[in-house]
Amino acid sequence: MNRVPLIIAVTLTVAFTFVLNKQWGGVPALGKFLSPQHGLWQNAEPIDQDFSADLKLNGLLGKTEVYFDERLVPHIFASVEGDEYFVQGYLHAKFRLWQMEFQTHAAAGRISEIVGDKGLEFDRTKRRLGMVYAAEILLKEFEANTITKTFMDKYTEGVNAYINTLTQAQLPVEYKLLNYKPEKWSNLKSALFIKQMTETLAGFVDDLPMTSAKGFFSDEQLKILFPQTPDSLQAIVPNGTIFPAAAVHPIAPASADSLYLNKKSVGELVDKNLPNPENGSNNWAVAGSKTKSGAPILANDPHLDLSLPSIWYEMQMTTPTMNAYGVSFPGTPGIIIGFNDSIAFGFTNSQRDVRDYYEITFKDDSRKQYWFNNEWKNAEQKVETVLVKGKEPFLDTVSYTVFGPVMYDNSFPSNQVKDKNLAVRWAAHDVSNELLMWYYLDRAKNYEDYKAAIQYFSCPAQNMIFASKKGDIAIWQQGRLPALWDRQGVYVMPGVDSSYMWQGYIPSEENPHSVNPERGFVSSANQRPVDNLYPYFIPGGYDLYRGITINKKLAAMSAITPDDMMKLHNENHNEFAATAVPLLLKYTDESQLQTSEKAFLEIIKGWNFKNDFNEKAPTIFKIWYDSLEVVVWEDEFAKTDLKKLRPSERTLLESLLRDSNFVFINNISTDKMESLRDVVTEALQKATVELGQLEKENKLVWSNYQNTTVYHLLKNAVLPFAKTGLMVGGGQHVVNATQHSHGPSWRMVVHMTNEIEAYGVYPGGQSGNPGSKFYDSFIAEWAAGKYYSLWFMHQQDRNDKRVKWKMSFDKI
Amino acid sequence: MKFFVASLLTILLSFISGLYIEFWWFFVVIAFGVALLVHQKPWKAFLSGFLALFLLWGSLSYWIDLKNDGILSAKIAVLLPLGGSSILLIIVTAFIGGLLAGLSALSGAYVRKVS
Repeated sequence: MNRVPLIIAVTLTVAFTFVLNKQWGGVPALGKFLSPQHGLWQNAEPIDQDFSADLKLNGLLGKTEVYFDERLVPHIFASVEGDEYFVQGYLHAKFRLWQMEFQTHAAAGRISEIVGDKGLEFDRTKRRLGMVYAAEILLKEFEANTITKTFMDKYTEGVNAYINTLTQAQLPVEYKLLNYKPEKWSNLKSALFIKQMTETLAGFVDDLPMTSAKGFFSDEQLKILFPQTPDSLQAIVPNGTIFPAAAVHPIAPASADSLYLNKKSVGELVDKNLPNPENGSNNWAVAGSKTKSGAPILANDPHLDLSLPSIWYEMQMTTPTMNAYGVSFPGTPGIIIGFNDSIAFGFTNSQRDVRDYYEITFKDDSRKQYWFNNEWKNAEQKVETVLVKGKEPFLDTVSYTVFGPVMYDNSFPSNQVKDKNLAVRWAAHDVSNELLMWYYLDRAKNYEDYKAAIQYFSCPAQNMIFASKKGDIAIWQQGRLPALWDRQGVYVMPGVDSSYMWQGYIPSEENPHSVNPERGFVSSANQRPVDNLYPYFIPGGYDLYRGITINKKLAAMSAITPDDMMKLHNENHNEFAATAVPLLLKYTDESQLQTSEKAFLEIIKGWNFKNDFNEKAPTIFKIWYDSLEVVVWEDEFAKTDLKKLRPSERTLLESLLRDSNFVFINNISTDKMESLRDVVTEALQKATVELGQLEKENKLVWSNYQNTTVYHLLKNAVLPFAKTGLMVGGGQHVVNATQHSHGPSWRMVVHMTNEIEAYGVYPGGQSGNPGSKFYDSFIAEWAAGKYYSLWFMHQQDRNDKRVKWKMSFDKI
Repeated sequence: MKFFVASLLTILLSFISGLYIEFWWFFVVIAFGVALLVHQKPWKAFLSGFLALFLLWGSLSYWIDLKNDGILSAKIAVLLPLGGSSILLIIVTAFIGGLLAGLSALSGAYVRKVS
């Protein structure tokens, strides 16, 4: 018998099965992926999917009913306290498991496990910043407190109750694409999620490039280029408010002038993987005196990376002691931004700088001992094992000092200045239990409860806005914030002794706040919280113009309705442009312009300063102003090593408004003395080249230029999972802060009438599954600036026609 | 008749095992087993295995896609890339299932022949 055909047939069968069972580079394991009973097809959810279910699960204490409305928003009614967190965990996992795990993997520096060595630098940054270290400290606090321990355990049990039932077929499609499986959830993962948000909001820092800048500029010059308080600031606490004298008096070390402020720096220091400095938000609350109904209205819209699945998951949670509605973070228990039957609350980021660097002197390359307070002190060393898909694990040794982990040294990053060992002092490493705030906030009845709740929150400091049915409105900038001496932490500080360490914290009673102010509203938009009368030095990455617009509009309004608040969320007025354009026009020398340049100028002249989606002027203004920045700064900055650090747009504008002979206007590389008229005109001429190109590509219209896109978390690797080219206006400096892939991630308006009236929308959908019709179902409404009426359901409404599905949970 | 029985048996057993068994490739074992059981010429065995899984995977994915309104297949068919065509994705799915089952049935038929 001829065995050759047999051998060929068997070999082919086995070989094909093997090949199709394995992921090859970016190509998923095709057999496994395409199998209709195991692969992607199982994620193609029927459009008439029935979400109803009866579940009996271990770990539940009693009965919980969950009613889903037509938008797939769950309304949880738990009969026993604690079960609401179990069920929340279960639902988060059921609808958002992949993102929860992916984001906590990212926080822990474990992306290389999934994507291979292209994630290694990212992972090392997270490890060296001490993200896991920070999460472990938080976890210890969670578990030391009976309340947080109990509800964290319930939440984790709920997530795992879902994970335990998962089959290969039911895995979210991203696991199938990347060919891996979820692991068990843990309280540590929730802690990691919180630290990830902390890094997003309190991780931005420019101490390293500012230090490098001292190689070229003096501290006095840098104060002008990077000023602390803008001229046109409208602070969160109304300007001119008198503050009580400071209770804490930090004292600058005697050596500050010679060893710190005036010490020249050598070489460019670089930071890796910093969060987006645009992360910010708007919030405001108006008192009953300004509303039509006489009840306060609260509004909030946090600006974050726009992503699918969304960072938010909407839900209502009701127990015998709580009835809260709002958005939650898949990965953590509780309602994060929302309202209950007595109060409403929301957040914007404080932008305060709570991350500093200290230069460490090691005894030798082993980095085991460092010079501190006149002796060699032992550094604790933590060996980080980064698992890498398809490769050997990468081992990274990080030394921990009294300041914190030595993030940058000769081993990382590869282009670091030699022997510059920088330890990071970051408030996120300090002991705290942030979750306790939400536990109490979700249950707060009045201003006193809110004020007591927010004391538990340390980092990232937030502007916490409040309104109650009783009629109170308030805003507190709350967090544990260091009391700094003037200019402390602006640059890398000497780390050879304790003299440059943070000396104490601002007592929380002295944190900026405004409670029931006479003007009838409180607001924040990431601006500097206070003017120069505040008795502490408070560096930070503050915004300016959104706050001015919001305050102007709110001050002018009366008989306010929720509809007015939605209009303000979607306001496209560009206050920065409205301030800058008159100056630009005044100093444009039209006699120097060609026809094409004049054509763009004419569009600017006719502009009403609204960044509407169909306007060309916002694009022209942006390119012109960018060009002006290059013309003014590049002659000086080209002589430095600084690749990214530049004075902000507002600093240039305010400098020019203050002084039309601003010293940096002159181009130091020419013999001529340039005037403001010269540089403004030159900037327009240079911008015209780019503008002409954009016009050819049909990208001059604002929404085409911004090309607002909600990316999937895996970005361009799964571009078909994104929503691209949304027709929306807004932008930087605008209340409607929508940019390319960043902007209002949740818009909420809550009217504190007897029966609460609330509206909300986020650019995503309740399901994280790209195969579900609920994956991106809110995006069109969001892009149109519309809202959903939020149904604050009572359990007696269970037969209401808005209830589409019901899940019953019970103990076994 | 044998052709018909072999194909139907492969379809039925593959579908049922797919409901309970976590390994997506279990139908390869089934196609092999059916070819051992139902004696056919190798090319006929290949054809019945191929046809069985082509039909099973093709109709399952088609049915799922219909109920899903093509939401997911349209995205995956850009990713893979198949020009965004859901139908092409269904055909590729069916073909891969068919090819593996066909080859496995062919192996089964040869084993039977050799022994």
